[in-house]
Amino acid sequence: MTATANEYVGAAAPAETGVPIPQVVAFGVMTTILVAAPFLVYPVFLMKALCFALFACAFNLLIGYVGLLSFGHAAFLGAAGYGAAHSAKAWGFPPELAILFGTAVAAALGVVIGALAIRSKGIYFANITLAFAQMVYFFSVQAGFTGGEDGIQSVPRGTLLGVLNLNETLTLYFVVLAIFLAGFLLIYRAIHSPFGQVLKAIRENEPRAVSLGYRAERYKLLAFVLSATFAGLAGATKALVFQLASLTDVHWTMSGEVVLMTLLGGLGTVFGPVVGAFIVMALENYLSQLGAWVTVVQGVIFVVCVLTFRRGVIGELGNLLRKSL
Amino acid sequence: MADDVILETEGLTKEFRGFVAVKDVRLRVRRGTIHALIGPNGAGKTTCFNLLTHFLAPTRGRIRFKGREITGSRPADIARLGLVRSFQISAVFPHLSVLENVRVALQRTRGASFDFWRSERVLDGLNGRAVELIEAVGLAAFARTPAVELPYGRKRALEIATTLALEPEMMLLDEPTAGMAHDDVERISALIKRVAANRTVLMVEHNLSVVENLSDIITVLARGEVLAEGDYRSVSRNQDVIQAYMGSGHA
Repeated sequence: MTATANEYVGAAAPAETGVPIPQVVAFGVMTTILVAAPFLVYPVFLMKALCFALFACAFNLLIGYVGLLSFGHAAFLGAAGYGAAHSAKAWGFPPELAILFGTAVAAALGVVIGALAIRSKGIYFANITLAFAQMVYFFSVQAGFTGGEDGIQSVPRGTLLGVLNLNETLTLYFVVLAIFLAGFLLIYRAIHSPFGQVLKAIRENEPRAVSLGYRAERYKLLAFVLSATFAGLAGATKALVFQLASLTDVHWTMSGEVVLMTLLGGLGTVFGPVVGAFIVMALENYLSQLGAWVTVVQGVIFVVCVLTFRRGVIGELGNLLRKSL
Repeated sequence: MADDVILETEGLTKEFRGFVAVKDVRLRVRRGTIHALIGPNGAGKTTCFNLLTHFLAPTRGRIRFKGREITGSRPADIARLGLVRSFQISAVFPHLSVLENVRVALQRTRGASFDFWRSERVLDGLNGRAVELIEAVGLAAFARTPAVELPYGRKRALEIATTLALEPEMMLLDEPTAGMAHDDVERISALIKRVAANRTVLMVEHNLSVVENLSDIITVLARGEVLAEGDYRSVSRNQDVIQAYMGSGHA
């Protein structure tokens, strides 16, 4: 999978509109690190971080390339988690179908929420998405199959495509890595497609894009649904990794956390959300003995980030190197 | 000559909470002309543009373009029919390059661009035409420059190139020379004259020498109403117009 992923980027490298060399290099570095990492770092931590990295990339597609701040992305992460967990546990879906089903749930939810939210902008858009996410949250508290406070526990991981036993940690890790890389590359492609070009035009100057004959709302809706779908893919994968779908993933704090990750790493950058997700996850992991103080630490980091390096880690780095990363 | 009318409004009215911005305007723009819309500040010129392209919905009245009722059509659909507008504040995509700005417009000719799975390299086929358009407005040297870095006059030129990319039958230009240095005004005027050769132009313009130079016919608006209409000579001699508009500064 890793090899094909590299070829994919390499093939797109020439021509002026192709992938810039620094991004190809950065992708190579990232992939190498991620392939080597499970032999050096606790794999379960890495898998969690990879799921959140994909989640943040999906979120970044919307805020970074359409300029819409969603404050309800937890709904897609969480709903897909419940979808995957329930279909695997109650209906006996194999892992590939469970993940697909969970992702489809998020996509469907994205169509409904997106169609209504996309009419508004700025703070109103953030509020509407938050309101819908809260509805999903309270639905998850009340509905029987979600297990309420307990969540859906001991979800079977099963055997992927009847071949790969996902109870083997390393096997599971490389499957998660493959899912992450596939999601990452698809998001990258969406941003650098004819569709992405129109999205950028709409972000830059919506009335002008409309005056050129683009129905802006349809492009925004598709971007929203794509973002929800990839957030769902992250959530469904996460549910299988932890064998758990719980209220944490639909809670509004999760929507806040993905904002932090993306901002910290670099809004509207290709690699920023990945770096941001790893930083936030590392903080939570290594500062966990501080208990509730982790939130305070996160808050301080958020403030420092906004005050001193607004472009985020990768944004500032890219600016320093004068390269787009 | 009625067949010659490409854009026509009847009783076009826009009211904002107790204030009538545009009142009962009857506008007839003949095909192939450069038609200027002038008037003092607050006369309703820009509101008129917004109504014609449905960036605002009229309170009353109808708009017909090429004999087709477009009063209720959505802005994007009006653009697709061939009535394309520019904006008072220069409307470029600031962080796209000059080439990309024009290409976004050319991309419309592909139909809808929902193909998020394809590489943007499929758009390279449009580069040739984009470069032609950029050359036509004298921006050839700036093809790779982000639009935000262009001086003001060049931005307006880019805007016109982008509008032209759609091959519109009719262009609405909102103050194309506003805020420009003298040289730029001349370049843009010449450009408008050139591109108007085989299309219709309706423009709002404050620079009266540009109006005199370019327009075949002039409609004067004041307080939302049509005050006078005719060629430059007859309009500039109209007592009402002198009173309302030119009296203070020009005439």
